[in-house]
Amino acid sequence: MNVRLGPWSLRLAPRSLAVTVLLLLIACAVAVAAISTGEYTVPVPDILAALAGEGTPVAELIVTKLRAPRVVTGLLVGAAFGLSGAIFQSLTRNPLGSPDFIGFTAGAATGGILMVIAGGSAAFVAGGALAGCVITAVLVYALSYRGGVQGYRLVLVGIGANALLLAANSYLLTRANIYDAATAAAWLTGSLSGRGWDHAIPVAVALALLLPLCAYVARPMRMIEMGDDAARAMGVRVEPVRAAAIAAGVLLSGVATAAAGPVVFVALASPQLARRLTRSPGVTLASSALMGAVLLTASDLIAQRLLAPVQLPVGVVTAAVGGAYLAFLLRKDRY
Amino acid sequence: MTPRLSGTDLTLAYDQRIVAEQLSVSIPDRSFTVIIGPNACGKSTLLRALARMLKPRKGAVHLDGSVITSLPSKEVARRLGLLPQSSIVPDGITVADLVARGRYPHQRLMRQWSKADEAAVTEAMRATNVTELADRIVDELSGGQRQRVWLAMALAQETPILLLDEPTTFLDIAHQIEVLDLCADLHESGRTMVAVLHDLNQACRYATHLIVMRDGRVLAEGHPADVVTPELVRQVFELRCEIIQDPQSGTPLIVPESRRRVAAPA
Repeated sequence: MNVRLGPWSLRLAPRSLAVTVLLLLIACAVAVAAISTGEYTVPVPDILAALAGEGTPVAELIVTKLRAPRVVTGLLVGAAFGLSGAIFQSLTRNPLGSPDFIGFTAGAATGGILMVIAGGSAAFVAGGALAGCVITAVLVYALSYRGGVQGYRLVLVGIGANALLLAANSYLLTRANIYDAATAAAWLTGSLSGRGWDHAIPVAVALALLLPLCAYVARPMRMIEMGDDAARAMGVRVEPVRAAAIAAGVLLSGVATAAAGPVVFVALASPQLARRLTRSPGVTLASSALMGAVLLTASDLIAQRLLAPVQLPVGVVTAAVGGAYLAFLLRKDRY
Repeated sequence: MTPRLSGTDLTLAYDQRIVAEQLSVSIPDRSFTVIIGPNACGKSTLLRALARMLKPRKGAVHLDGSVITSLPSKEVARRLGLLPQSSIVPDGITVADLVARGRYPHQRLMRQWSKADEAAVTEAMRATNVTELADRIVDELSGGQRQRVWLAMALAQETPILLLDEPTTFLDIAHQIEVLDLCADLHESGRTMVAVLHDLNQACRYATHLIVMRDGRVLAEGHPADVVTPELVRQVFELRCEIIQDPQSGTPLIVPESRRRVAAPA
């Protein structure tokens, strides 16, 4: 399907467009459900009133201070993980080339735990996570560099780094005192509980800055999926595009981990789920981001309500829900 | 008149390994040039340098009078196309979508699909006879069909010069001839074609200009009928042979001598 307006034209696949709209609607529905339901039910009209500052004090507290920031953080973090997963899966041409498999999220966790043990505030923990992610990415990239980086080598080196870092994380927990270890362990499972606007805002800023970059490199990245020579022959400047994409992907996964902890499986599953739904070739950034947002917030809703009042960490549910759905799609796979 | 594409005084190397030194070639305009030579003679390396995939350590490749690396990459991609030796088929892509990717150098973020794009893709699929395959998944095609699809993508790029790195590798003989006939058609329609080939007889049959290489040097250059002699084949491939006339095309046909005496049928 082509949209033309004077000298401008956009190429849109109807199925991708439909999936995008559907995912947006689901995201809205999940968000409303998550804000409305719970121990204290806030009917939908009251949510709008509370957001406008005209609700009852209780409703206003629950909506604007407790539930809305958690939902918004979930949407943003999910989108950042989905986008980052899509970027790395495209660059490595490998579904296993996700930041949660090649050590980036584990490295972010290491940075976060170190800050917890050092007694840093929440901001320090987030900063430590971001730094850990970037340092891991640089090391993995350097170790897999042989006059250029090949996807499979990056994945193998990354899986090795992931194993090392997970071991280091466990070790750090045993060395910490019991209170720090408990805090760190809670953070390590990946959770959205107790997330406020101060968690959502850094992710929002990162997304606002990096989304235009992602939109710009999306098309050349699709060309690079066909091989470096094929892309260069089409006039793609492969190295700058790849460097920009890596930078965006690392920052997104770092910022997301800093906000919600190392939630597993969203980065891996979202691009794969999105691709199978849209039936578009290769990895698509926009639908992967939306899928990530839906997957994480829906999982968080289930984590809060399924065994209420027992609260599951969202990471447990993302793995179960995403894994089951991916297995279902793979079973009848043609794409 | 200087040709549109030429390389002057090239030193070509991968890391420490020098493949060629002081290599100069020019590609005659509107020719079907075939580069041939034994394994590791530097023929693919030369093609990659001409296509700006490999930066020469010394010397320069010129396109239309400018050093090729000084031109914007997309600008070059509108004049010169390359079919690499191997490309990766994106998962689940259809033939039409893959061919459409050949339009990338003509597109911008806000001009993704013009009428010219549509026309070029339709024409490229028609010329390579893949129109009926348009909605098929590329992964599910045969090797011969897939190579035609890659060619269609390169055609959709609509470049006056098209370079092909061993376009017939991995194809059986019937598909090799099919691809080469297609290249000859494209040459006839006015394109400059440059191909690296393995088979000397096919090179002689299709080339209008032959570049014969060994050890990073050009040993002979010109029309196949003028340059291919038993002496040259012995010099380049260390093979003794007879040369007869190809009964189909009248071009030189190399008949290798074997060190074994082959039994004649009784």
